[in-house]
This record gives sequence, C-alpha cells and structure tokens, in this order.
Amino acid sequence: MWFQSYWPGMKADVGGKAASLGEMTGAGLPVPPGFAITTGGYRRAHDEADLDATLARLLHGLNTEDTDMVSRVCSEVRDAIRTMPLPGEVEAEIRRSYDELCRMADTVNLPVAVRSSATSEDSPDASFAGEHDTYLWVRGGDDVVDAVRRCWASLFTDRATCYRVVMGYEHRSVEMAVVVQKMVRPKSAGVAFTLNPSDGDRSVVAIDSAWGFGEGVVSGEITPDNFLVDKVLFEVSKRNVSTKESEFVLTDHDTVEKVDCDAAKASEPSLTDDEIKAIARLARSAERHYGSPQDIEWAVDLDLPDGENIILLQARPETVWSKKAPQRITEGQNPSDFMASIVSTLVNPLHARKK
Amino acid sequence: MTERFPSPFEVPSPEGASDWTSLYPYGLVFSEDRKDYEDSVFWFQDGMHWPDPLPPWDASIIDLAFGALSQYNSRVFIVPPANGLSVRLLNGYVYLSPVPADPADIEKRAGMFMERAGYYFMNWNDLYDKWMLKVRALVGRLEAIEIEPLPDFEDFSVVQEGHGKTSGFDLYKAYNDLLTAVAEIWNYHFEFLNLGYAAYLDFFGFCKTAWPNIPDLAIAKMVAGVEVDLFRPDEELKRLARLAKESGVADAFGSGDVETTCETLKGSEAGRAWIASFEESAEPWFNFSTGSGFYHKDKIWIENVEVPFDFIKNYIDKLNKGEDIARPLEAIHAERDRIVAEYTELLASDEDREAFQGKLGLARVVFPYVENHNFYVEHWTHSVIWRKMRAIGSVFVKESFIEQPDDIFYMHRGEVHDAITDLYTSWAAPEPARGPKYWPPIIKQRRAMVEACKKQKPPPALGTPPEVITEPFTVMLWGVTSESVDGWLGAADNADGSLKGMSASPGVVEGVARVIFSPDQIAEVQEGEILVAPLTAPSWAPIFGKIAATVTDTGGMMSHAAIVCREYGLPAVTGTSFATSTISTGDRIRVDGNTGVVTKID
Repeated sequence: MWFQSYWPGMKADVGGKAASLGEMTGAGLPVPPGFAITTGGYRRAHDEADLDATLARLLHGLNTEDTDMVSRVCSEVRDAIRTMPLPGEVEAEIRRSYDELCRMADTVNLPVAVRSSATSEDSPDASFAGEHDTYLWVRGGDDVVDAVRRCWASLFTDRATCYRVVMGYEHRSVEMAVVVQKMVRPKSAGVAFTLNPSDGDRSVVAIDSAWGFGEGVVSGEITPDNFLVDKVLFEVSKRNVSTKESEFVLTDHDTVEKVDCDAAKASEPSLTDDEIKAIARLARSAERHYGSPQDIEWAVDLDLPDGENIILLQARPETVWSKKAPQRITEGQNPSDFMASIVSTLVNPLHARKK
Repeated sequence: MTERFPSPFEVPSPEGASDWTSLYPYGLVFSEDRKDYEDSVFWFQDGMHWPDPLPPWDASIIDLAFGALSQYNSRVFIVPPANGLSVRLLNGYVYLSPVPADPADIEKRAGMFMERAGYYFMNWNDLYDKWMLKVRALVGRLEAIEIEPLPDFEDFSVVQEGHGKTSGFDLYKAYNDLLTAVAEIWNYHFEFLNLGYAAYLDFFGFCKTAWPNIPDLAIAKMVAGVEVDLFRPDEELKRLARLAKESGVADAFGSGDVETTCETLKGSEAGRAWIASFEESAEPWFNFSTGSGFYHKDKIWIENVEVPFDFIKNYIDKLNKGEDIARPLEAIHAERDRIVAEYTELLASDEDREAFQGKLGLARVVFPYVENHNFYVEHWTHSVIWRKMRAIGSVFVKESFIEQPDDIFYMHRGEVHDAITDLYTSWAAPEPARGPKYWPPIIKQRRAMVEACKKQKPPPALGTPPEVITEPFTVMLWGVTSESVDGWLGAADNADGSLKGMSASPGVVEGVARVIFSPDQIAEVQEGEILVAPLTAPSWAPIFGKIAATVTDTGGMMSHAAIVCREYGLPAVTGTSFATSTISTGDRIRVDGNTGVVTKID
C-alpha cells in the first residue's frame, strides 16, 4: 500500500505507523514517501512457509521461567522467520514497489528505512512496539526483503513470546505490517513554528534553517538562517541569513556528523524563496490538520523532484504561546464604537507608538 | 537629535535663477517677513506630486489645494491632533510643514470631530453620490466656458438681445471662472479624503496590532476595490485592443505612427467603428495625465493620442502572443474573500472579530473615494483646466502678448488676470496694449529660470526634524516617517550605497535599472528592467506589465504609485529620496520590497 492510497478502512491491515503516515500524506502533510507491506503479506508468507508447524515444534514445552531456554528458543524462531522463503508474488510486489520508489527519487539502490507497524495498538502487543525493529539506510531490493523478514521476526522477541505464552494468547493471532520509507537526504533542514516565537504573532510562520541534517538547528549548535513568512499571502516578510560555519552530513558509515562548511556556502541562504514558501505552507497545513499551533521539523530532500521535495519529519504542538490567554486587541474598547477608535488612531498613531 | 537640515534661508539660489521668487505669488515663498515662523518648523519636500520646479501658473493650484486640505482639518471636521499644512516654494520646489493642533485642545477637538466626522462616516454613500454630481457639474461648467479671440465688432445679437456685456468681459469672466473652478475642485478633492485616510489608518492600525508582521499588501488587498475608476482608463485600452483584434483592424497599429494608423482605420467600416469606440472611451477616461496631473506639460492621453495608441499596440502584441490581458475579476474577488476569511480565523475573540469586521466595513465604504478621486480631480478636471488655459494662451498669441500658447503658464495667477485686463481695455479703446512689449522678455527669462532651478537638486527637507513624526497624514500620504527622515540625514554616510525606503509592495527582484525622469521616456523602458523614477503615475500602468520592479524617490505606502504597483504584483520601494540621483541606467540592483532596501550589486 502506498501512503497516498491509504484510507481509514485499511488501518487494521497496515498498522498504526503506516496508517498515520498515510493519513498525513492524504492531509497534504508530505512525510518521506514510501509504502507498507500489509498484514496480508505476512499472513501469506506465514501460511506458505507453514510457520504454524515450525512455531508449534520450536515453542513446544517452552518454560518461560528459564531465561536461557527462552533466549535460545526465541532466537531459533526468529532465525526461522528471517530465512523462510517468501511467496513469489509477495516478494515480487515488495521489489516492484521498492524499484518504483527508486525511480521516484531517481536514485539506484535508494536508501530506505524499514520499520515495523504494529496492527493492534490496543492489544498488549502494543506495549512491545518499541521492541519491534527499525532498520535505517537499507539499500537494494535484496536487503529490503531481508529487512522486512527481520521486522516480522521481531514479533518473537523474548519478552513478547513469553507474554503470549503466559497470557495464553495464540502466536498465530499476532500479525505485523512493515513500512518501507525513503531515508531523507536533506539539502537543508530545520524547524518551523506556526507563530512568531518572539511576539506570538499567529499570522506568520517562523522558519529556522541550516545546511544538511537538522540536528544542528534542533540542538542549537548551528546559528540558523531565520525567515518570517506571512501565513495568508505567503510573503517572506523578514529574512536573516547567518554564517553557518558547520553542517551535519551523512558519513560513509551511514552516521550523521558535523563537518565544516566551506566559506562561500556558509553565508549563502540555505533555502530559496520557493522553498521558504513551501515550508510555510506545510507548517500551515500541519497547524490546520492538528487544530493548534505547531512546532515542526522539516527537510528539503536532495533526491526528490522540485515541488515534492519538502518533507515533514515531525509535528508537535507549540507550547509557549499557545498556553497564554489570547489578549484582546480592542481591550477596553467597545468594538462598535468606531469613532473613539479613529480618534485614538489619529492622536496616537501606530508608527509613533513603535518608537 | 542634533542633526538638522539646512534652514530655508541657507539654501542658495540656483545659478541663473537668483530672482526665482519673482516667479510666484508673494504668499508662496519663504520670506524675511515670516522668518521666525518659517525657521521654527520642519519642512519636507513634496516630490511625489511636484518632482520638478514649478512654472509660475502651475503653482496656482498649490496654495488653493493645501488651503482646501487644511480647512477640513482645522475648520470643518476639527481633526483632534492635526491642523493643516503650510506650503512654500523654494527654488521652484514644493515644501510642506504640518501644523499641529495645540495638545491642550485635543480633548475639546475630539468631541467636535466625533460629531462632525461621525456624520460623514454615517452618511458616506449619500454624500459621495452628491460629490459625484457636484464634480460632474463642475466639469460640465468648465467645458462650457467658451474662449474666443476678441472681435472687431460685437455681433448684432449683443444689441438685439440686450446682453449688456461684451466679448472682452466674457474673456475676463472666463479666466475668473477658471480660477474659481480650481479652488472649487480642490475643495471637493479634500471633502472626503482625510476622513477616508483616517478610517483606513484605523483599520491598518488594528491589523498591525493583531498581527505585527502582517504585510501592508495584505491590508491593502482586504480593503481595495476590485473595479476602480482609476484603473478604468487602462481597462478601456485593453477593451480597444481586443476590439481591434476581433474586428480585424489590429494590423493598422503595425506602423507605429498615429497618422498612418488613423488613415488606415478610416479606410474601412470596421476601422471607423473602432475610432468611434475610441472616442467614446476617450470622454472622460482618456482625460488621463501621463504625469501627476499637476504640470501643464504633463501629456494628456486625449491630446496626445500616440500615448494611448502605443499602449493599445502593446496590448495587441500581447493578445497576438496568446497572452490573457484581462483582469481576472472573479479570482480577485475570491482572493480578497480568502484573505479576509483567513485573518478572521486568526483572531481569538468574538469582540475582536466584531471590531475587525466593523473597521474593515468602514474602510471599504470610504475606500472607493480614496481610490477614485484622483481620476476625477487630478486627471479629468485638471485636463480640462489645462485645455482652457491654453485656449486663453492662444488668444494672447493672437494679440502678440506671447509667442506660443504654453507661454501663458509662465505668468502667475494674478498676472494672467492683469494681462487679460490689459488686453480687454486696449481692445476696448482701442489703443496699444502694453503686453506685447512687456511679456515676451519676461517669459523668456522665466523659462530660463525654471530650467536653471531644475539643475539644482532640492534638499529633501528643511529645518530641524521633530523627535517623532506624529502627523498621521504626513506618514500616510507622503511616506515621511522618523525613519525616512533619519535616512535622509544619514544618506551621505551610507557606505554600501544601499537605499532605504518604504516597502510599498512586497517581493525581491534583481535586475538592470532604467532611470527615467519624465513620462516622455517611458518608451525607453525595456522588458524586465527595474524602473527607477522620481515618482510613478497611475497612468503609467500599461508599462507595469513590462517591468520587474519599481523604485521611486518619493511616496508612501498609500501613494498612487504604491497602489498601482500592488495591483500589478510588482515589488516596489518608494520614498528612497535618492534613487534617481544614485542609481544609473544599466546598474544591476536588488530591490527588496519586503524590507524597503535597494542595493546596487555588481
């Protein structure tokens, strides 16, 4: 299932994580593009490999008190899942979808993140969701297929397995969907607030931006460029381009590290005007979607075409200004007494007040 | 602030114009008689309406106009903090000084203002309808003034009908009527204007308080009318371009020469129909000046048909390229509604929403006047006044008082009256008039003096600026703020050569500058260039489709220039004071309409 084709009826088949990504994509909040392998995929692989028989054999007589035994047995189960053959159709579908993602980003062996997407968040399994695996910077169809099986295998962590045994749940009742999502490779990244943090003005989006990954902006290690964009006309009303002496980049070992930024690039704006406006629109959409001022993390992706390259990484409610009681603009005035207001405008004009 | 501008008494006369004060009525120039007052206040130059030194008769409009402005503040509506504006000429340039009310009187004045201005706001549309009738009647009376050379003998009808008055008297009266009309139209001009700006300012202030970072453009867009008379001349050009294409006569504009085009048009039925349609648009819409309307030399479309023809040709070229030249009215309406709805949504309480709607409503009631009066007064009525004055000039030419009709504009208001009296009485006697010997050398000398004044740049201001400029209209209409005054004072130290002005219309653009000083140079402007000019007039509208941005020496956010730039969605920085003197054609410049900064780049 591609994120953009998600609809709420699919939630049970794709799990919470994929559902939320699909919902955001549908609401115009562009998360990194990707797809989900539904629980159906897992179920078919499960059935075709006759996993029930394997599970029954391996887990027979498991003593949940015996940690050595639990550890050994569960490890065998996970190995079995990691090595089980996939039904041809399922594997082909995964590879086809991954190739499509590569084509979209115009990149061979596109790095992706492969993560599990728990199906029943209300069930006790949800409490083990954190243990379900996430694989970053996975490249190539073979590795993607392998990572999908590893995710499935994470249903059988020691704790989850023991829990089911103790509670008397059937192992075959648990299912898992898996999300495959493009790794973001940011040209620039940063944060955005759907109000002006310095005066609380809700008619603007404030953007902080720097080259490379957003870590430096979030931690404050880099002094970012700063832009203020009107929410209604999307005009850039203020711009403050700083000297960004370093940037966070991806190393050969798939880690993100801080390196020096060359002098010319350091003083360049890290966003074009079109990108600034697109980020502001994205922030505004997030605010509308969640119904309150938001604090978002975003990135401009290097691999995606213009117009699709602004990516939402995270959105959370803004907490400082949102908690203040809004102040009435016409405090102490009768809103319908326009003459009194005009007199005060003339006697105490705005431009003089600002000084 | 210790820094100050030169005193009016310290500025030297231009070389070759030491006697410049003789060009103008005595009350309009700085003088020792009022030195104590004139040296005690702050003056700023009005280059927005009067970018060039004034010919003597053109100055006739000024004191009447400012008298009209001032009286509504001081004697009619009693604007609490502000009386009128003093106006003076220095080396041919116009300087203004706001006259504040005594702070002790503000409370008393506020009571009167609320009653009087309140009445106008409550009855605005009825009063505006009356205004339109008054103005149209006045233009009608002006058009009806007949100016004829004096006959050898009066027609027999003068006797038969017992006129009891002669052609000499008619000429005398025609000029007096013309002068009265100038005073009258300027009374009408300011009948609503200051109140209109006050209501707009109030809405503006509310928006800036609610959303400190709201772009001025957003406020203007919420208020601006969609179908505005000031844009009507441009709309008529577009209509005529479409008509030419639809009726198959567009090729006639290929020659680029008016006479050839007209000949070609007259040769066909469709062409003649097009000409008839042009003439229908022309009255009144092409009584449109290519300048501010304040100079006799400003070209008026109806009298310089090559100007509208050129614009029409441009539009035909665009149509031929398949471009859509129509203003998308529905989209503009929808956009205006969207902007209002989104800002309303950003307000936190019902009281604020009610106040917002109320102020927006009032601003929209008053704004048509603010937008439209300019066409009716500065363009239409002035066009007729200049035409009638030239007709009197022609009578003077016939009697050898002057060499060409436009020479009349080198006499000042009272002198034309004296010359007509000279002509009239000498015709009556008959005896030799003094005029033919008296005027030609004076006019020659005065033409030279006005030219000499042009060569000396006027200081942007005179005297000591106040700590804070609080006079609301100064800021709104002229764009003079404490910041711009600081900018003028510090301009000489600006090492990077950047200029600071008003962010009149947002957006950032880099490009090649084209500096032009008069509407005659409009044709020099190339596609994609940045227009740099002392000011821009609404009638330049058709070239706004060509340029990338605008920078002007003068003007504020509600100046006519700013309104048109926003309409065309071009970045604009106004009120930079020094753009035309520091930027040259061909310079690459960056115009930041968001911050109001203009920078030279290499």
